[in-house]
Amino acid sequence: MAASPHTLSSRLLTGWVGGCVWYLERRAMQESPHKFMHLFRNINKQWITFQHFNFLKRMYVTQLNRSLNQQVKPKPEPVTSPFLEKISSGQAKAEVHELRPISPPSLPLSRKANEKELIELESASVIEASIDVGNATKEEKQWKEMKLHVDDLPGILARLSKIKLTALVVSTTSAGFALAPGPFDWPCFLLTLLGTGLASCAANSINQFFEVPFDSNMNRTKNRPLVRGQISPLLAVSFATCCALPGVALLTWGVNPLTGALGVFNIFLYTCCYTPLKRISIANTWVGAVVGAIPPVMGWTAATGCLDAGAFLLGGILYSWQFPHFNALSWGLREDYSRGGYCMMSVTHPALCRRVALRHCLALIGLSTAAPILDVTTWTFPVISLPINLYISYLGFRFYRDADRKSSRKLFFCSLWHLPLFLLLMLTCKQPPGGGSDKGEPQS
Amino acid sequence: MLPECRAGSPVCTWSLASLSRLESRDLNDRQTCTGDRKAEDYMWSRANQLFCWASPLLPCCWCQVSRFCPPRKSCYDWIGPPDKCSNLRPVHFYIPENESPLEQKLRELRQETQEWNQQFWANQNLTFRKEKEEFIHSRLKAKGLGLRAESGQKATLNAEEMADFYKEFLSKNFQKHMYYNRDWYKRNFAITYFMGKVALEKIWNKLRLKQKKTIN
Repeated sequence: MAASPHTLSSRLLTGWVGGCVWYLERRAMQESPHKFMHLFRNINKQWITFQHFNFLKRMYVTQLNRSLNQQVKPKPEPVTSPFLEKISSGQAKAEVHELRPISPPSLPLSRKANEKELIELESASVIEASIDVGNATKEEKQWKEMKLHVDDLPGILARLSKIKLTALVVSTTSAGFALAPGPFDWPCFLLTLLGTGLASCAANSINQFFEVPFDSNMNRTKNRPLVRGQISPLLAVSFATCCALPGVALLTWGVNPLTGALGVFNIFLYTCCYTPLKRISIANTWVGAVVGAIPPVMGWTAATGCLDAGAFLLGGILYSWQFPHFNALSWGLREDYSRGGYCMMSVTHPALCRRVALRHCLALIGLSTAAPILDVTTWTFPVISLPINLYISYLGFRFYRDADRKSSRKLFFCSLWHLPLFLLLMLTCKQPPGGGSDKGEPQS
Repeated sequence: MLPECRAGSPVCTWSLASLSRLESRDLNDRQTCTGDRKAEDYMWSRANQLFCWASPLLPCCWCQVSRFCPPRKSCYDWIGPPDKCSNLRPVHFYIPENESPLEQKLRELRQETQEWNQQFWANQNLTFRKEKEEFIHSRLKAKGLGLRAESGQKATLNAEEMADFYKEFLSKNFQKHMYYNRDWYKRNFAITYFMGKVALEKIWNKLRLKQKKTIN
C-alpha cells in the first residue's frame, strides 16, 4: 500500500478509538522509540516460537529478571471485553455506536497524554495481557489445522449429507414402493432406495453449502462440517455433484425416467427454492412440505411407473405430516430464527402456525379414510390408525390452545413416532392383490 | 517487501505501518526469524502481537483479532473457535512460498469475505441483544415490575411475551437480510469457483511437471 500509514490508520480505526490508537502509535514512535526498540530487541533474542503467549510471558518474567525498567505498576481496573459477558443496554448502546462505520474522523489531536500515562497504559496492557496468557493458551488449543484426514472423511460426509434425515427419507420411499400395487421387485426396490438416498445426500450437502453463516449462528446447526471448517466448500459441492449424478442416473436408467425426473425436481426444489425461500417468505414451509412428500411418491412411481391416485395419497399424507412436525419444532427456535433472519410462521404469524398444525393433524384422519377408498389399503386401516391420529390431533389442539413450549415439544415428539407407526399400519393393511376381494366379489 | 495489505484489516495496515518504521532493519536479519518462516509471515505475526498488545484498549470486539499464530511447519489454514460476537469461526490463512496470482486472489477474497461476515453478524447479534434488553426493560416497566425478581435473579419475560419482539426484530431487519443474502450467495459462489480454478491450476502444474520430468 503506497498510502501513508497515518491515513490508513485513520481510515480503518474509526472514531476516538482510531484516534487514540493512532495517537499511541505516534507517541510510541516518537517519544519512546528506545524503550520499544529495546523491548523488541530483547524479545527477539529470547524468541523460540511465534506463540504470542510466549512473547508476553517471557517479556513479563524475563525483564524482571534482567532488572529492566519494568516498574511494577498498580494493576488497573480490568479492561474486560464487554462482549464476553452480558452487557447492560447502556453499554451496549455505546458499543453498537462504535461498530457503526463513520466517515474519516477528525482525529482528536488535542488529546494530550504525558509520557508517564503512556508508559502506564503500556504496562497496564502488558500486565493485563500477561494475565490473559492462560486464556490465550486455552483459546489457542481450540484452533484446528484445516487439513483433511482421510479417516475422518466418512464421518464428515455423513454429517454433511445429514445421513439420519436421508435414512428417514429413504424409509418413506421404501414405504411408497411397498405400498404400491404389483409384484415386489427386489432389484428395482434396492436401486430406488440407493438412487433416492444419493439424491437426498446431494440436496442436503448443497443446503449446508448455502447456509454456513446462518448455521453458525443457530445452536441446532453450529456443529456442521462446513461451519467447523472440517471440509472446504469446494469439496462439499464436489461431493454433492458426485452423489447427484449417479443418484439421478440410477433412478432414470435403473428404475424409470419418471422417478428420475421426480428426483431431479426434488433436488431443485430443496436447494434452489426451499433454502433461499427460508429467508424471504413463510411460504418456505409449504415448499418444504412438498419436498418431504415427493420421496414416497418416487417409491410408488418406481414400483408402478405412473403417478396415480395412490401416489398422490401417499404424498398427501407426508405433506400433511410435515406441518405438525415442523411447526412444533420451530416454536422453540423463534429466538434463533428471529436473530438469524429466517422467515418462519412461528415468528411472523404465530396463530397461523398453530392453526395450520392442527388443521393438518385433522387432515391425516381424512387421508387415512381416503386410503381404502382409493384401494391402497383395506378398511381396517382407518379404524386401527384412528387412535394414533386422534392422539396427534389432540396434541395439535393443545398446541393450538396453549401455544407454549411444553405443548409444542409434546406435539413434535409425537410426530416422530406417529409417522413410522402410521406407515407400518398402512403396510399391514395394504390392499391385497386382486383388490376388491373384501367387497365380496367372486374371484376368478 | 511488505505483503499486500487488505484495506479494512486493522491488524494488517495499522500494525504493519508501525512495524515498518520500527523494524525495517530486522527484516533482513534472518536470525530473528524462526526457522524457515518468510519475512511476510514474520511481519504478520508481529503485527498481530502489536495489535493485540493494544487491543485491550479497543472496546469493540470486532477489532480484536485472535492472538493465535500457527506452528511454523504448518502449510494449511487454521480455523479457530467461534467468535464471541459473531459466532463465526475465524480462519488464519496460510500464505505459501510460491503463491500464484490466482491463489492470492482467492485468499484475499476469502479474507475479505471473512471480515465482511464478521462485521455483519457481530453487529446483528449485538443489535439483537441490545434491543432485546430494551424490550424486556420496557415491558417489565409497563408491568410495574423491577429488573430483578424477588430471588435476586434477573427478571425475564416468557417466550410468548418475547414473541412480539422476535416478530418486530425480524421485520425490521428484513431488508438488511435481503441485501446480505444476495451478497453472501455471490461471494460463496465466487469463492467456490476460484477454489475450483486453483485446484485445476495445481493439477495442471503437477501434470506439466511430470511431463517435463518424463521428457528429461
